[in-house]
Amino acid sequence: MKINKKIAVSESGFVFDSSTGDSFSVNPSGIEIINLVRENKAEDDIRKILLDKYEVSVPVLEKSLSEFLGSLRIAKIIED
Amino acid sequence: MAKLHFERPNIKKLNVGISNKFGSKTEFEPITEIDGVDIKELIVKYGSPLFIISEKTIRETYREAKQTFENRFPKVQFAWSYKTNYLDAVCKVFHQEGSWAEVVSRFEYEKALENGMPGNKIIFNGPDKTEDDLKIAIENKSFIHIDHFDELYSIMNLAEHLKKKPKVAIRVNMDTGVYPMWDRFGFNYENGEAWEAINKILMNDKLELIGLHTHIGTFMLSANAYHIAASKLADLAFHIKKKYNHTIQYIDMGGGFASKNTLKGAYLSGLDTSPTFNDYAEAISSALLNSEIPPDSLPMLILETGRALIDDAGSLAGTVIAIKKLSDGRRSTIVDFGVNILFTSFWYEHKVTPAQGFTQYSETSSMYGPLCMNIDVIRETITLPPLKKGDNLVVSRIGAYNMTQWMQFITLRPKVVMIDSNGITHIIRNNELLKDVKGLESVPEHLKKINK
Ligand SMILES: Cc1ncc(COP(=O)(O)O)c(C=O)c1O
Repeated sequence: MKINKKIAVSESGFVFDSSTGDSFSVNPSGIEIINLVRENKAEDDIRKILLDKYEVSVPVLEKSLSEFLGSLRIAKIIED
Repeated sequence: MAKLHFERPNIKKLNVGISNKFGSKTEFEPITEIDGVDIKELIVKYGSPLFIISEKTIRETYREAKQTFENRFPKVQFAWSYKTNYLDAVCKVFHQEGSWAEVVSRFEYEKALENGMPGNKIIFNGPDKTEDDLKIAIENKSFIHIDHFDELYSIMNLAEHLKKKPKVAIRVNMDTGVYPMWDRFGFNYENGEAWEAINKILMNDKLELIGLHTHIGTFMLSANAYHIAASKLADLAFHIKKKYNHTIQYIDMGGGFASKNTLKGAYLSGLDTSPTFNDYAEAISSALLNSEIPPDSLPMLILETGRALIDDAGSLAGTVIAIKKLSDGRRSTIVDFGVNILFTSFWYEHKVTPAQGFTQYSETSSMYGPLCMNIDVIRETITLPPLKKGDNLVVSRIGAYNMTQWMQFITLRPKVVMIDSNGITHIIRNNELLKDVKGLESVPEHLKKINK
């Protein structure tokens, strides 16, 4: 799992794909996840990091994370 | 170290031409407490969903309305509309503030008596009063508002038998320039039916005609309609005096003032479009003061205001059950409160606010209740921060009609708590239990065993 090279991410949550010209807005927890993917973290590692940091149950986190990563794949922001 | 609140991660494609990169911003702050009481603590203690009533807001709203009318008219009396919210604790707050009771059934009438209202402070409205209801109301010297000729004849008959002179008013319906016109209750003004009823009452002297009543509709967005209605009732009162030398003691303008809710499909928020108490008070008092009734015989003005007095004091706290994606990619948020307890979702675009902090990011979704029924829609579309299972929400301005029109459908009804003026929380209606519902049922002997 890695970030598409053509993707630019700003701290404020603005994501731009220079290959298609598409832009997206992402909320802060989403940006945090994109940055973890950029650091080559696997889904399991990301889950652990977030569980340590946030008040959230395992099932809610797993569902949110897998759905979000799915959206990133559909938007071609990450590729496997 | 305490862990941070987790907002569900979310990505939204931006369309060219939208300048705000965050999409339409959620414009409100979270609601984390009501009258200083923490919402999440209330949910932990009393369960979710939970109706929360602010005694402070009831009193403040009532006092504001009363003061506004008293600033413009010498004699004003409110009568609490039981059907709007007949939880005893709520009614008692209004009665403590000086409100009489306005009821439309024997059930409500008895509730008012048990709440300590003397008979002569109860107004009995509505098309369905049995002979027995009327008898009790006559004996208690309550004010009976006559809805139709069948009722008028019944009361005359009873008066003769009981050798009592019932205190009555007639309900009048009329054209106030508002469509649709409510003409199914009472006697019509324009076609002379109201006069016919008045003549019947005053010519035979069995009943004491003490008032004139109207209730022109509900959630009336036109204050002017009240001006027209009050002018027409004042005109009747004046002509009654002229023809019979009989003084009408009160004019009852009913209820119908809009609350600050936003009606479904309305373009602007109710906060901006609903008339204020000031607007209604001006419309009514100017009509009465400028009528032909001489100043020294002005009647008392009775108001049966319901929703405008209680909507703001009620909130519903609830919890997100699930977040789904519909087949076309739209989101849906499933919450644990449905139309079974939030009947007013059929009328209003309810204001729903998260009970925890959130970022400025927002997304649009449908909000569905928990019932396995297609009708269970709280909001067709609503823009909120990304929510996740377990997050809490507060629906504001739900004090009117929900705690009376709720249904025991599919599931049991939750608790209602009242936060008193000192910030102390009291359960004023407990959650229903299976045994409460089953207690009324019985199974015939031959069906008791399912294996014959
Ligand atoms: C006779 C009468 N009075 C008062 C009310 C209270 O109306 P609202 O809640 O619109 O003020 C109603 C409501 O239906 C009513 O029928």
